Amino acid sequence: MPIRLPRPRVPRDRPPRPGAAARLRAPVATRSNALHAGAWWLWALGLATAASRTSNPLLLGLVIAVAGYVVAARRTNAPWARAFGYYLALGAFVVALRVVFALALGSPIGGTRVLVTLPEVPLPDWAAGVRLGGRVTAESLVFAGYDGLRLATLLICLGAANALANPARLLKSLPGALYEVGVAVVVAMSFAPQLVADLVRMRAARRLRGRSVRGARALLQVARPVLEGALERSVALAAAMDARGYGRTAAVPPAVRRLTAALTLGGLLGVCVGAYGLLAAAGAGFGLPLLAAGLAAALAGLWLGGRRSPRTRYRPDPWGPRAWLVSGAGAAVAVAVGWANGAAPEALHPPAVPLSAPAFPLWPAAAVLLGLLPAVVAPVPADAPGARTPGGRAARTAAPAPESAPAPEAAAQDCKEARP
Amino acid sequence: MIRFSGVSVTYPEAALPALAGADFEVPEGELWLVVGPSGVGKSTLLGAVCGLVPHFSGGTLRGRVTVAGRDTRTHRPREMADVVGTVGQDPLGHFVTDTVEDELAYGMESLGLPRDTMRRRVEETLDLLGLHELRDRPLATLSGGQQQRVALGSVLTLHPRVLVLDEPTSALDPGAAEEVLAVLQRLVHDLGTTVLLAEHRLERVVQYADRVLLLPAPGAPPVVGDPAEVLSRSPVRPPVAELGALAGWRPLPLSVREARRRAGALRERLAGRRPAPPPGPAPGAAPLALARRLTVRRGGSEVLRGVELRVGPGETVALMGRNGAGKSTLLRALAGAHRPTAGSVELAGGVVPHRTPPARLVRHVGLVPQDPRDLLFAETVAAECAAADADAAAAGVPVAPGGCLALVARLLPEVPPGAHPRDLSEGQRLALALAVVLTSAPPLLLLDEPTRGLDYAAKARLVGVLRELAGRGHGVLLATHDVELAAEAAGRVVVLAEGEVVADGPTAEVVVASPAFAPQVAKVLGAGPWLTVPQVAAALEEA
Repeated sequence: MPIRLPRPRVPRDRPPRPGAAARLRAPVATRSNALHAGAWWLWALGLATAASRTSNPLLLGLVIAVAGYVVAARRTNAPWARAFGYYLALGAFVVALRVVFALALGSPIGGTRVLVTLPEVPLPDWAAGVRLGGRVTAESLVFAGYDGLRLATLLICLGAANALANPARLLKSLPGALYEVGVAVVVAMSFAPQLVADLVRMRAARRLRGRSVRGARALLQVARPVLEGALERSVALAAAMDARGYGRTAAVPPAVRRLTAALTLGGLLGVCVGAYGLLAAAGAGFGLPLLAAGLAAALAGLWLGGRRSPRTRYRPDPWGPRAWLVSGAGAAVAVAVGWANGAAPEALHPPAVPLSAPAFPLWPAAAVLLGLLPAVVAPVPADAPGARTPGGRAARTAAPAPESAPAPEAAAQDCKEARP
Repeated sequence: MIRFSGVSVTYPEAALPALAGADFEVPEGELWLVVGPSGVGKSTLLGAVCGLVPHFSGGTLRGRVTVAGRDTRTHRPREMADVVGTVGQDPLGHFVTDTVEDELAYGMESLGLPRDTMRRRVEETLDLLGLHELRDRPLATLSGGQQQRVALGSVLTLHPRVLVLDEPTSALDPGAAEEVLAVLQRLVHDLGTTVLLAEHRLERVVQYADRVLLLPAPGAPPVVGDPAEVLSRSPVRPPVAELGALAGWRPLPLSVREARRRAGALRERLAGRRPAPPPGPAPGAAPLALARRLTVRRGGSEVLRGVELRVGPGETVALMGRNGAGKSTLLRALAGAHRPTAGSVELAGGVVPHRTPPARLVRHVGLVPQDPRDLLFAETVAAECAAADADAAAAGVPVAPGGCLALVARLLPEVPPGAHPRDLSEGQRLALALAVVLTSAPPLLLLDEPTRGLDYAAKARLVGVLRELAGRGHGVLLATHDVELAAEAAGRVVVLAEGEVVADGPTAEVVVASPAFAPQVAKVLGAGPWLTVPQVAAALEEA
């Protein structure tokens, strides 16, 4: 009689064969499948473009909600990711500031519903056109609020890109000719926290000597050694970078060098003139082609310039289907809202005079919702706040991951590691 | 592999050359150890190998340095990068990128290696150094040992034929230091890498060296030879060699194993004797520092948990444990920089440190931080001392005549009062910080990692000062990785692990019980009460 061995237990959270739908779900982010940082920026710029085309507060609120939801779903635990809250606060501040200005300085929007009349400051003749105080109408406040909200939405979109894209990786995608600039920024970014740490340490040491740590004098006395330390460290870093091959150059024939300079300068000039043509009321005809040609020449110049540096790139972020989807979602929102702006401008710009409740334009709103796509298709960061609890949202999404993603056990391990 | 022909280096505005008469050749696949007192030109010699001296440091280099046939006169450091890998004293100063994997790849990117080669080498290096679990971690979150390994890995990915390391294990706890040295061993044995390495803690590395290059004094030509033979005339040598010299063993033993084989006769001579007991706390005296069930939480994690500690007058206590075990936090909690989350801290006279204003606290406790530079704000030694006197006067302490400057003159006889504190050597800076703290005459003295970068002479002077302070009734608590210092200076050892006290007892019992913490003399002489060479010397004199 054959002996029956107990069957090995298959973990319940990993089905033996992921179906087609499961394969499409977002994997846990690793270095190999990380989303290109540029995709996040294109997505955010798409949202921002859409926001700049409307002043409907309902639509703007929807854009903020979309950006906020994607940030909540896909941000990591990195310091820059935690800055999104500051952008929200900045947005609120911008709205408040705009309203306060409208309150104090008046507004070109007239309006009939006077809320309050502030005492008006008489100004000399040369300040004609400027008003301080005076009538405050409901219409002018509403208009200022709409306007402020639009600016706030733009800022919040940029904040979302900042929170989602790793700035160091973004700089790594720069063309080779701009590599030095990228290194300088990365070094500065790692120096700033060190400087703060030094300052904290020095202040603690000052306390040890029995001196007060408050006041300008204390700060001055601490600042000098901190800056001296920073200088010493940057010299040491420069030596280390030199010893590790930084700044090696390859030989480039003089003709190529001259061509590089001509392309870059000519291209930049073309970009400037083209942009002017686009923005100026008269010359829209030659603007776009000149801008495109200038851009192409400048990029070619940068590419040629990159040949002077023999550098290669280690594991650059690939621009895969998920990056196309993320950036495409942003572009789709921008195009759809732009089209709606042409087709139905009154729905996207609710009038402040006469005062009325803004309508909710259904089709543009549906288009803005396209911007939620990254919350589904972008890889889930392994150290996302949501991924920390076992069995949480991220863990469930991670379970039927494609072969390229690490097994859920590995992901859980990562979570443990990430915990400080 | 490395060839120095008649090399001398003179820095601008220096009367004497920093390095002179260097004439030697390091063959391929050997590990050479550069030894010598502080300030003798070890760093200059190492910097000359990769061309940072004089291309980066300035100064004049006479003679010729060639590495694998490349002359540093015609090749800048960046053109030597694929032949020489250099790691300096501070790994944080070496990092260019922000994560482990990018850091390992950085040098290869600069050299323009193909992508698949880079990928393969990064994976190999991660395995070689045991860093694969840390590959995505930000560099700033790593421990000291891990950072040192990443710094080593970041030059290893270039497959250099020569490695130049300046004090690779000084800042590491014994365990982490062994990890780094094991990697070096593997490189030399398996890959035939040539290694040139300077280190103050000879006891850790000398047994791995093929040759020793001794710089006996500033400006004196280097002496190269067999390790045992060179150490017999070196002003600096590890305790095991010191013990060998005392017992008259020729050639000098370099490892504990060698010394142990020959120690039979010495053990017999010492049988039945005991070292003089270390000065303990005065019986019945009130403690100078008392921590009861002390818990400190920082940034959401408990750095200290339920710590019980008592330091009495006249007692020197060593605080040991691996990097990140909570030693510095405990010292700072005693100095009032951290508020206890639970439990209590009390100094003599019922003073609670974190509730006492800093100006009053200096009368009760003094802390010399890990980097003594943090404590020094002024531009000259004299100004620093005047400020310390003023602080002491403000705290209501009667300042002795001469005050701080008199203390400095005793601790640092060779330093002019006009010198800038940053120009002093590590040992001199420590002495200056110590003098500044002692000006207010605090009964409790706390020292955080005082022997970092100190040579044996400076360390011996520090031990003398600490003994004297304990003799005058000060309580001293020193956090250290240096087992030899703990054995010489401390009567009691407290071991911290993960924020908890795991051992607390007389030095002889605690350090001997653990192979990582046992000093070399204890390892050589077996389970006896002997910990240091001076103890053995005193016992032999009596006999």
